[in-house]
Amino acid sequence: MFRLAHTLIFAVVLLAGTAVATAAEVTLLNVSYDPTRELYQELNAGFARQWEAKSKDKVTIKQSHGGSGRQARSVIDGLDADVVTLALAYDIDEIATRGKLLPPNWQKRLPNNSSPYTSTIVFLVRKGNPKGIRDWDDLVKPGVSVVTPNPKTSGGARWNYLAAWAFAAKKFSGDEEKVKAFVGKLYKNVPVLDTGARGSLTTFTERGIGDVFISWENEAFLATKELGPDKFEIVLPSLSILAEPPVTVVDRVADKRGTRKVAQAYLEYLYTPEAQEIIGKHFYRPIDATVAARFGKQFPKLNLVTVDDTFGGWQKAQKTHFVDGAVFDQIFTR
Amino acid sequence: MSLALRRHTVLPGFGIALGFTLLYLCLIVLIPLSATFLKTFSLTWDAFWTAVTAPRVLASYRLTFGASFLAAGINAVFGLLVAWVLVRYRFPGKRIIDAFVDLPFALPTAVAGIALAAVYSTNGWIGSLFVPYGIKIAFTPLGVLVALTFIGLPFVVRTVQPVLEDLEPELEEAAATLGASRLQTFTKIVFPTLLPALLTGFALAFARAIGEYGSVIFIAGNLPMVSEITPLLIITKLEQYDYAGATALAVVMLLISFTLLLIINLLQWWARRRRAAP
Repeated sequence: MFRLAHTLIFAVVLLAGTAVATAAEVTLLNVSYDPTRELYQELNAGFARQWEAKSKDKVTIKQSHGGSGRQARSVIDGLDADVVTLALAYDIDEIATRGKLLPPNWQKRLPNNSSPYTSTIVFLVRKGNPKGIRDWDDLVKPGVSVVTPNPKTSGGARWNYLAAWAFAAKKFSGDEEKVKAFVGKLYKNVPVLDTGARGSLTTFTERGIGDVFISWENEAFLATKELGPDKFEIVLPSLSILAEPPVTVVDRVADKRGTRKVAQAYLEYLYTPEAQEIIGKHFYRPIDATVAARFGKQFPKLNLVTVDDTFGGWQKAQKTHFVDGAVFDQIFTR
Repeated sequence: MSLALRRHTVLPGFGIALGFTLLYLCLIVLIPLSATFLKTFSLTWDAFWTAVTAPRVLASYRLTFGASFLAAGINAVFGLLVAWVLVRYRFPGKRIIDAFVDLPFALPTAVAGIALAAVYSTNGWIGSLFVPYGIKIAFTPLGVLVALTFIGLPFVVRTVQPVLEDLEPELEEAAATLGASRLQTFTKIVFPTLLPALLTGFALAFARAIGEYGSVIFIAGNLPMVSEITPLLIITKLEQYDYAGATALAVVMLLISFTLLLIINLLQWWARRRRAAP
């Protein structure tokens, strides 16, 4: 009896072995930032279906989410990410320069600065907009309480900060001192500085703190949709920033694990109409013109500046504003 | 040396036990800590000094050590009370209350932080009660104190409880028959016996509070110069890939904590000796 069981198990193992040989099973690890959890769940399923139809191989994509900076650090410290999809290019730059895991020109390898979608920064206010918030000007008024995470720990918060800065720079036509004072006044109105965007969203929606929440556009949509349109509404400022969350293959890891081909295909899939449709559904702005046109109503045209044009790229923005002792610290310790 | 040591003990296996103890301490405690120190040495003295004395960092030391000290003090008083009630009185539901004391040990700190922030925020159950008086708890330094008091409670209760259980009621009865008042019995008989254990509990709660991150971060508000704790600044530095700066702060915290714990240990030794002397 026992013998028979053994033989059976052996046969099953053998069979399984041959099955694997004909259709390989690949796993990819996609290390991403906080709010993309639901987006990539759907994209991964779509890609797996397409890849299996094309190559007969089964691909499973594992996801890891967290603050963008922390995720980049895990990859530098040895987390085997085949692809990274982070909140801002600066964090992938760090993987390139500090970790030397991918070439420094990584952002040129895929279309649109390697960003398969864009997003922007908008305001979320309480229903009826009791404080009458229309634009960045209103956020520095005394008595207005603003919720935003800490730009030193949150990628999303850096976009918020830069958008406010870009508005002030335009308003005061670049007068550095006045711009600094404006942004300083804005942050004086912040009662809670959470470490991440999701934490701030909770502070605003669940704890009832703040009159306005400076938010990723997709998170703002999510809040109005999931937590009820009768509680919050979205306000579009006169000027905001074009956020381009980039994606890339981590060369050293993909080569070591032999997954470069499928990883590359995975990222290219993000640019296909099918994926762009999913992206739009999750409230990120598709870059594919025809898909974007279909979502036109959802995403009104905004006056957007870019980090490259207004701030001279992420490396420079980080150095002037966010490193220890730079402008953001000066605003608070003054 | 080994001979001398061997003569003192009647228990077998001293050599192997000590060897294992040292190896274990090295692997678990000393090697990671020395890595922290080594990483700091990649900074010049000037860079180290600027990193650990920046105004924001100084403000965070004040909050971290101040709130931890206060929280440990509050726990010393009320933890003693809880231990006293649990040991000396019999009442229905005692077992359950006894188990409640351990909850802050068992609960993941992030869960504790989120729960505390929800309860103590201006629209929470307890927080809303304080709104009419203009007192805000969550997202202020007061919130930090609340979180640190929460996580420190079991340390005091669990160190004082066994000593209190061993304290024979006969001692107090004897004091009473000799004409001591209730207050005298407590201050002259009970308290000195409990003091070493109480100090240990205080030290443990204090040390735990200094290192606490998870629960505080959700209730603190994290405003620079106001409600930022030192562990948050360490994380902030890590997020900016400033490993050396982060370890510099860690080293300062280690040194201060170590000194404080040493002082408390000395106090304890003094308290024990004073009790043994007469």
